[in-house]
Amino acid sequence: MAKLRGTGMAAVNYPTGMNLGGDPSQALIHATTTGNFVISLSSADLGQGLKTVIAQIGAEALGVPFENVMIDTADTDTGPHCMGTFASRATHRVGNAVIQAAQEARKAMLEVAADELEANPEDLETDGQGNIRVKGSPDRAVHIINVALAAHFKYGKTISGRGIYMKPKSDVDPETGKMDPDSTEAHACTVAEVEVDTETGEVTVLSLKCAYEIGRVVNPALVEGQIRGGSVMGMAHALYETTYPYYPALDHMPGGFSEYVLPGPLEVPEVQSVLLEYPSANGPYGVKGVGEMTANPPIPAIVNAINNALGVRITEIPITPEKILRALEEKEQAAVQG
Amino acid sequence: MREETLNVVGQPVLRRDGLGHVTGKTVYVDDINFPDMLHLKMVRSPVPHARIKGIDFSAAEQVPGFVRAFTYKDVPKNIYTILCLIGVGPDEEPVLAEDKVLYQGEQIAAIVAETEEAAMEAVSKVRLDLEELPAVLDVEEALKPGAPILKPWGTNYFIYEGHHCRRVRLGDVDKAFEEADYIVEECYRTSPIEHAPTETTGCVARPEPDGRITVYTNTQALFFTLDNTALILQIPFQKLHFVGGTVGGGFGGKVDVIVEPIATLAAMKTGRPVKYRFTRTEEMRVSSSRSAWRMYYKDGVKKDGRIIARKVTSYADSGAYNRHTPYACTKHAANVAGPYRIPNVWIDVHCVYTNHQPGSAMRGFGVTPASFALEVQMDKIAQVVGLDPWAVRFINAYRNGDMKPHQKVVEDATLIEVMQAAAELVGHQLPEQFKQMSSWDRQEA
Repeated sequence: MAKLRGTGMAAVNYPTGMNLGGDPSQALIHATTTGNFVISLSSADLGQGLKTVIAQIGAEALGVPFENVMIDTADTDTGPHCMGTFASRATHRVGNAVIQAAQEARKAMLEVAADELEANPEDLETDGQGNIRVKGSPDRAVHIINVALAAHFKYGKTISGRGIYMKPKSDVDPETGKMDPDSTEAHACTVAEVEVDTETGEVTVLSLKCAYEIGRVVNPALVEGQIRGGSVMGMAHALYETTYPYYPALDHMPGGFSEYVLPGPLEVPEVQSVLLEYPSANGPYGVKGVGEMTANPPIPAIVNAINNALGVRITEIPITPEKILRALEEKEQAAVQG
Repeated sequence: MREETLNVVGQPVLRRDGLGHVTGKTVYVDDINFPDMLHLKMVRSPVPHARIKGIDFSAAEQVPGFVRAFTYKDVPKNIYTILCLIGVGPDEEPVLAEDKVLYQGEQIAAIVAETEEAAMEAVSKVRLDLEELPAVLDVEEALKPGAPILKPWGTNYFIYEGHHCRRVRLGDVDKAFEEADYIVEECYRTSPIEHAPTETTGCVARPEPDGRITVYTNTQALFFTLDNTALILQIPFQKLHFVGGTVGGGFGGKVDVIVEPIATLAAMKTGRPVKYRFTRTEEMRVSSSRSAWRMYYKDGVKKDGRIIARKVTSYADSGAYNRHTPYACTKHAANVAGPYRIPNVWIDVHCVYTNHQPGSAMRGFGVTPASFALEVQMDKIAQVVGLDPWAVRFINAYRNGDMKPHQKVVEDATLIEVMQAAAELVGHQLPEQFKQMSSWDRQEA
């Protein structure tokens, strides 16, 4: 009996957006007289940080500070339509809608600022700190609060914008399967290192090291969160999780977390990642998306590492200790007979 | 590559709701309570397949706090399908079971009561008269002649424009298999998986004085949940106001429309707020899971490691109803051959009905099982051909401008670049030819 180590790798693609398109999202932006810009949506934040990255994209496109951008979501009376948060679509679709809305709002903002500064709107720029100034003459500047106040009380103008993004719905050719299923594709490669106890069948994942190319990274801390979370979720799929331990039979279905095994802090491996950025043609600032994909490459990487460690070929997940021990037994018998 | 002009895009700004989440201050749907709120609990099928001969509520009605029971007769349009508004059909799932149940845990009748305990107590007192029917649990058994047929249209599979499966065809796999030096075959299987969100699925429906209903929900998709609720209840869309946006984990588990229609119905009929929230056990055993998949690969490979043919036959266990599985199968079909250039591809993806709880959307949606199977298969090919696992992937990696099996031209490919970066990260020495490769270097002869 021994503890055997193995490494495995896997390289994957992941498509952005609802399969075949037809999944629009809208955004509305308006400035209040406080200098805040409110982005109204009906998109749910699932805990991944959508509200934060959308505020970043909105602030960037408006040219105003992040702190001045408020996200108002999700209410079907006040928020325009969003297809929903799934299919790695939210940052891509909602981000694009927000940029379109922000361009309209920014144009209105710069027109009011131009009147205030007695300049042409084309000659103005934003510094991202809340000031709008004449290019080349930084002294001639006005703050967005004063622009918002002037728009409302002096000129009777709104500073607002509307945006939508939609990839039109396409069909599949039923004979050949010809189709356009995605807007763009992100890629990842994960290398897993495992140690397998041949006596107990227990697998310890020592490390998951990965490279991700997800287009523009809007918030590297949140991407890192997705990679870490997905790494552990993928590891759990590979090793532990099943709602039907004797699938397809209905026996022993777990009803709680004491029976449905998930990794705890002690099982979480070392996770290292590097990010490459090759901006996509159609994502906001070149975003591709990282929502779902991070749980995918750890699964085959871990399976390949186990097979590498033991010299077996297990092809069914989750790889429970029972499956490891049975695979070792089969290997032993094959060697005896061989 | 970063444009110097970007200010906040690319910055690791602190997420605004993070502190609320980690200190327990964020308000989730289950934190929403009203003084006169009722609780809804579900009478569920104890068996995977049965005819319903009768339901007796008489003992349940005696439980102190019992308010009302609902059956399918109370649901104006009891048959629905989630994506009907974008033309995905047919309607095939009842909100509450009518004459049959097709999975263990299926919703048969709703009980509303003054407290959660009273609702549970009343549910336990409902007597079901069921005639158990033979269940079919295995996807390949379900497709054999003589299997119990679960669907009114007479098959145990979803029909794709006249075909019994979603197909992809490119080139001629049979001819290529003859030209191959190796044939590499394997079957890969995955298990159903629970989304395991911290917050279970739930909603509170509250009748407002103006006659509208406000529904506080943790759905991942407010509008199609609202639309379906209105259609099921046959009420105008403007009667409904959905509020959400903060979800304690979704992973695809909250895109089915399950709790909102029946809670809204109960709120309308009682004139009181109604909460319907899954217990952890319901979340695990009843709410849809990741479908189980079975994938048979047959690859034709040349001595130099090039894959010249790939034939995949996949079966998704949709469970008793469609939910999002027919859609997942199409997405699977687009991805199951992998990010590789293979000139001859033949794919059949079967969406199969069984007497399991419905499979549906889950993180990775048809792609996760594909990535698992094909990346373990790539290692098997490497072993059979006698190549390094990295090498077999570099040799076959798709490049921009290549044609995918579903006849879309590859763009935005960076598979080679992520492999190069990962090799560097782990200190794996790649041969010079792979170091020099690029996703933009396809030279056609």
